Amino acid sequence: MANLQSNFLGIKSPNPFWLASAPPTDKKINVLRAFEAGWGGVVWKTLGSQVKNVSSRYSTLDYNGQKVMGFNNIELISDRPLEINLQEIREVLKLFPDRAMVVSLMADNDRKSWHELVKKTQDTGAHGIELNFGCPHGMVERGMGAAVGQDPEIAKMVVEWVMEVAKIPVITKLSPNVHSVVPIGKSVIKGGTNGLSLINTIQSVTGIDLDTLVPNPNVGGKSVFGGYCGPAVKPIALKMLTTLAQDPDTRNIPVSGIGGISTWRDAVEFMLLGASNVQVCTAAMHYGFRIVRDMCDGLSNWMDEKGYTSTSDFIGLSVPKITRWEELDINYHIIANIDQSKCIHCGLCYIACEDTSHQSISIEKGMPYNTYTVKDEECVGCNLCKIVCPVDDCITMEEHRKGPEYLNWIEFQKRGLPLNDH
Amino acid sequence: MSEYLSAEELKQHFSDIHPPFEHAEGAILEANRCINCYDAPCTKSCPTSIDVPLFIKQISSGNIKGSARTIFSSNIMGGGCSKVCPVEKLCEGACVYNLREEEPISIAKLQRYSTEKAIHEKWSLFERKPSNGKKVAVVGAGPAGLACAHALSLEGIDVTVFEKEGKGGGLMTYGVAAYKVTPESCQDEVDYITSIGGIDIQYNKELGKDVTLAGLQKEFDAVFVGIGVGVARELNIPGENLKGVVDAISFIYDLRTNDYSKITVGDKVAVIGMGMTAIDAATQSKRLGAKEVTMIYRRTEQEKPCTDVELDLAKLDGCLFEWLASPKEIIGENGKLKKLVCSKMKLGEPDSSGRRAPVDTGEIFTIEVDMIIKAAGQIPFEELVSGSALQNKGGKISINTSGETNLKGVFAGGDAVNGGKEVVDAVQAGKDGAKGILQYLKLSY
Ligand SMILES: Cc1cc2nc3c(=O)[nH]c(=O)nc-3n(C[C@H](O)[C@H](O)[C@H](O)COP(=O)(O)OP(=O)(O)OC[C@H]3O[C@@H](n4cnc5c(N)ncnc54)[C@H](O)[C@@H]3O)c2cc1C
Ligand SMILES: Cc1cc2nc3c(=O)[nH]c(=O)nc-3n(C[C@H](O)[C@H](O)[C@H](O)COP(=O)(O)O)c2cc1C
Ligand code: SF4
Ligand code: SF4
Repeated sequence: MANLQSNFLGIKSPNPFWLASAPPTDKKINVLRAFEAGWGGVVWKTLGSQVKNVSSRYSTLDYNGQKVMGFNNIELISDRPLEINLQEIREVLKLFPDRAMVVSLMADNDRKSWHELVKKTQDTGAHGIELNFGCPHGMVERGMGAAVGQDPEIAKMVVEWVMEVAKIPVITKLSPNVHSVVPIGKSVIKGGTNGLSLINTIQSVTGIDLDTLVPNPNVGGKSVFGGYCGPAVKPIALKMLTTLAQDPDTRNIPVSGIGGISTWRDAVEFMLLGASNVQVCTAAMHYGFRIVRDMCDGLSNWMDEKGYTSTSDFIGLSVPKITRWEELDINYHIIANIDQSKCIHCGLCYIACEDTSHQSISIEKGMPYNTYTVKDEECVGCNLCKIVCPVDDCITMEEHRKGPEYLNWIEFQKRGLPLNDH
Repeated sequence: MSEYLSAEELKQHFSDIHPPFEHAEGAILEANRCINCYDAPCTKSCPTSIDVPLFIKQISSGNIKGSARTIFSSNIMGGGCSKVCPVEKLCEGACVYNLREEEPISIAKLQRYSTEKAIHEKWSLFERKPSNGKKVAVVGAGPAGLACAHALSLEGIDVTVFEKEGKGGGLMTYGVAAYKVTPESCQDEVDYITSIGGIDIQYNKELGKDVTLAGLQKEFDAVFVGIGVGVARELNIPGENLKGVVDAISFIYDLRTNDYSKITVGDKVAVIGMGMTAIDAATQSKRLGAKEVTMIYRRTEQEKPCTDVELDLAKLDGCLFEWLASPKEIIGENGKLKKLVCSKMKLGEPDSSGRRAPVDTGEIFTIEVDMIIKAAGQIPFEELVSGSALQNKGGKISINTSGETNLKGVFAGGDAVNGGKEVVDAVQAGKDGAKGILQYLKLSY
């Protein structure tokens, strides 16, 4: 049996699944229920100066009847009194000493406030601190959150203030609302942060009520930009994570992966691209804490099948498999093949290729079922037909190399090889 | 004769066999299962070629009006069809989900969802062109006649429909099983179709009695004949005229036009035939309270003309089956029906229909009955058709590819031409007739 134990900056947890700083971690009742359900750790809902929330607060992107492809919120940091939060953190630590307890912080933008908040927090016995530099709404206007997270110099300065007093590991949570997370990552590492986490939510407008013309979520007839998360943001988070793993200045710092993680599969993907552990918010808000069961179970089964005994065996293994476009092998060529015994004659491959790709599938009309065949010479191997085909393994992409040797674009140009002629 | 069932029992027995979606969520969930096939097999298998993937996607995008328009623009009786079509051999039978051994999309139920809303809320989805002064007579307000009238009126033609009954809808109103459609829904559908204007239905006007074809030809620019077919085929066996031997069409006509409690049904009923009408006669006898209903068919289950779904309906209603049996004689006692004598058959060489023909084995058997319903096909109105100088085959009117008969400007379609198929075929025939008439009147090419 695989060992799911996780050690992030010396903070130990029985598994690598933490709940991200958000409503699921905003008070004792929730966090106790989360630990009972089996979560390895939590990042307590961000604490800082006193704020007030509005209603409504959430909206979603649904797609073809599938709820919550993306989730959007306009909530602020914790709106509960600081002292109550700190007291509850102490109590939870006593009841579940084996779970990771990290506290997210966002102080007012001055040295003294940060010092006070950090000290109060570590006095509870918490295992770590996460700096919230990424809250994209509400707080920005007050000089906190994303504003800090978007300016490498200010971010570095705040981290330095924190490190002056911090006695426990400090994680800096990065905002995705930047062109690249690398400059800010480098900057906060210089400032002394022990680890990074990403991503926080992405600024968004999820949609508009077509009767009232008010965007969601509607607060008395008006809306504001919200923070987007959930399954839809996973690809963006994975890309940002990878850029940290590729840069020599950021690649050695431990990263906690966040953004659209709903299953053990998603978690493994984050870890393969360099995350040491992962944090989850939306999936828990959609289905409750019980989802962690399959996360642990699925991860463990996958590790057993692959022969990994601990998570460190596979963290980062996919990083070298992402390269630069110019280094891809132009001689690698694949051609779609339709397994006629599996085909259900829906025509989706045909119309997609005919209207929007390379007219590489031929149609032979039948009543009521047409027959579709790939024209091998026309197929460019784009994957589109395979993507739209509703039957698993009906369309397979088969390798037909253009040449035996590896040939990249730079070499291709050097040799003056011919471009497409159609 | 059977004892009467309570009003409550009757109501339950004749309740809708395919209930609609109760909530939008259910319809949308089902609509989202549709994978939106290209050159979709469902559409190709619909005689009126409804763009099924389009109307389903319109439901899932919340464009119910567009969805209803998509359906009605191919099939103006799309509402009724969603309840009466044997979809298992049409659109749903061709749905690609079948090829994955999964439940096909509930196309009919989705179609009912949009069309019922449209009819109920009286959405006006079509606008008729201004009147162009042309006048066309349509004989018969059945599916063929109504579809033809609607298509013509849309183009600005003033249509007068002559209908011998007091209500429109044809066999939809007088023939289709009562647990599929109600008289009210049929009436609503007729009203909805005629709501575009330009269609004047003259009820209780019979061709051959109140009007003549020659007269109509004179008075109108063109004529469409959609009179359907008549009563059930004769058995031509001794005892056929005994009291208690009824024709399925009349039996169902009574059932559809009267209170169920007023219909007499036997205790032991034999139904002759295995088509749609036979199944309807058998199931509805059972639902009216008959103790034992036996269906008699000359061939085996394999050659049956009804679909599996319909046969299952009869089986679930507890009907009994005598396969390879052909009625030979009906025996009465003191004027009362007593026995049905049948010949045992076996299958011989394939006949003109391609199915193996039943051959008499010489053996006989007898069943006890007190009612016999004849449902072995319907007879065309041969006398009326031949009397009007319409070219025909045994009463089935002959038409060319434009839907025109041998008489200039006289078009025909539906059961009157095909001898009896489904509502949806009649609708397409009505559309075809309208197209032919528009070309004939040089209003389209
Ligand atoms: C018992 C039974 C059950 C059926 N069940 C189904 C089913 O579930 N699903 C399905 O799709 N199909 C079913 N059908 C078949 C379907 O009803 C017909 O195919 C369809 O109604 C044919 O339409 P039509 O317009 O050609 O003829 P009809 O519906 O027969 O309409 C003809 C119209 O012409 C009128 N008419 C006749 N003679 C004259 C005249 N001389 N002058 C003026 N008017 C006249 C009639 O009164 C009638 O209104 C069933 C048929 C029967 C008999
Ligand atoms: C309602 C809500 C409130 C959140 N509040 C905070 C917060 O106070 N501090 C913080 O660092 N992140 C906050 N987040 C961001 C989450 O911690 C997390 O980074 C983000 O939701 C991406 O993960 P997910 O896709 O699993 O939801 C919040 C998210 C949601 C949905
Ligand atoms: S998409 Fe797949 S199932 Fe559909 S026609 Fe193409 S190969 Fe067949
Ligand atoms: S065949 Fe089935 S899945 Fe395909 S478009 Fe028609 S209803 Fe949808």
